[in-house]
Amino acid sequence: MSLIATEDVSVHHGDFPALENVSFAIDSREIVTVVGPNGSGKSTLLRTLLGVFEPSSGTITRKPGLKIGYVPQKLAQDSGLPLTVRGFLSLPKRVSDKVALEALEETGATGLEHRQMSQLSGGQQQRVLLARAILNEPDILILDEPTQGLDQPGAADFYALIERVRDQYNCAVLLVSHDLHVVMSASDRVICLNGHICCEGTPTVVRDAPEYQALFGQGTHGTLALYQHEHDHSHDDCDHGHPHHD
Amino acid sequence: MIDDFLVRAGLAVVALAFASGPLGCFVVWRRMAYFGDATAHAAILGVAISFGFGLSVEIGVLAVALGMALSVSALANRGHAMDGALGALSHSALALGLVGISFIKGVRIDVDAYLFGDILAISKPDLWTIWTGAIIVVALIIWRWQSLLTSTLNQEIARASGINPAKEQLILTIALAIVVAVAIKILGALLISAMLLIPTSTARQFSRTPERMAVLSVLLSAVAGIGGLWLSFTADTPAGPSIVVFAAGLFLVSTFVKRDRR
Repeated sequence: MSLIATEDVSVHHGDFPALENVSFAIDSREIVTVVGPNGSGKSTLLRTLLGVFEPSSGTITRKPGLKIGYVPQKLAQDSGLPLTVRGFLSLPKRVSDKVALEALEETGATGLEHRQMSQLSGGQQQRVLLARAILNEPDILILDEPTQGLDQPGAADFYALIERVRDQYNCAVLLVSHDLHVVMSASDRVICLNGHICCEGTPTVVRDAPEYQALFGQGTHGTLALYQHEHDHSHDDCDHGHPHHD
Repeated sequence: MIDDFLVRAGLAVVALAFASGPLGCFVVWRRMAYFGDATAHAAILGVAISFGFGLSVEIGVLAVALGMALSVSALANRGHAMDGALGALSHSALALGLVGISFIKGVRIDVDAYLFGDILAISKPDLWTIWTGAIIVVALIIWRWQSLLTSTLNQEIARASGINPAKEQLILTIALAIVVAVAIKILGALLISAMLLIPTSTARQFSRTPERMAVLSVLLSAVAGIGGLWLSFTADTPAGPSIVVFAAGLFLVSTFVKRDRR
């Protein structure tokens, strides 16, 4: 049985259709990346899976007792709510110091426990958000644009960290990215979203799909660059920043 | 001793401090200042209805405040810029209440008492009502603390953890209506939200955790309450406004203390 499955799910914001007839499922231990341009309904899909939005039609099935570890893109800064990293890890369920410190160690955030959440850098905050998400040993980790605001080495490190965490907890990973050039190479499937599912498959299948190229252009010669390659190639043959010729 | 009007007034402000301290924290964290205003203004309409239908003031105010709080909460959830609609609702309720009161024949109603409070007239039964309301609010907030905090911080994290943020918001809405109902005789409709916001903002400057901020808010509200009563008694000033002035003074002093520490 899938952990979460949607069948023909449509979601409307007012009259605006944000998602149309999306059928999607994620199985145990699978890594699925959803890519799509801004406004393609990626966040809507995540929030619908979490239950924040009700679908206007279609059904969502969650495995009974499913434990979700959710990593938001970021927390609202300066909300007037004073909160230490240690306090954050005890939300919503209080955990012992030992458990909290272990989780921080696993995500490479050791030593941050007394800091205020609002004073963390982007990379530190991501690690702390991840640490909280793994505290309940989730069946599935759901991450919303986890590498936004990180530089490329930072993004690569974070993807490596997610892989490590997945191997340790044997959980599924569902992540959303608008970063079309860097997609986790470990993804079992990539889903290309633009209001509906344009195409899906292994990273290489999606890379070669005409729907993907139509949506994102061929600015990277159709290569869906996989993160560890970023360290190998020199900037001479890297055409990032060139206008798309489509 | 409880027969002394000053002692009763003191006990009333302390009760209010217990409720308004932690609730005020959520009002600040969730940026719902307008929410307190609208609900408190609606209390005047509640007063008019109570006298019109011969109900007890607490019941009428509680019912109307609850209705207003629920409407505001529903409007805010639509996510659009609801400022205009909220302002219209809030001030219409206040104006309608004042007009309504003027139609009531037979009884002479001291409108000022409901606009600015009349704490020195708090009776023994009033005190019971106030403490009961305060205890209910504190119990609600302690009971839901972890879930309230989680859904205040991030709705998606709350959802993923099996918490329904809409339900938590309903809890706060009910708590707010209760606070308004018990505070109307103490501070009056126009000054209730000051006590939700000012001591909380002072507490924020000295808090690294939400728990500490809530507890400090209670202490600062109680100090402002007692201090305001003392001011009122010695300088013969109106009690409700004196309490707010005292709270504002504490806030002012705290910003200087905080600056010196840096």
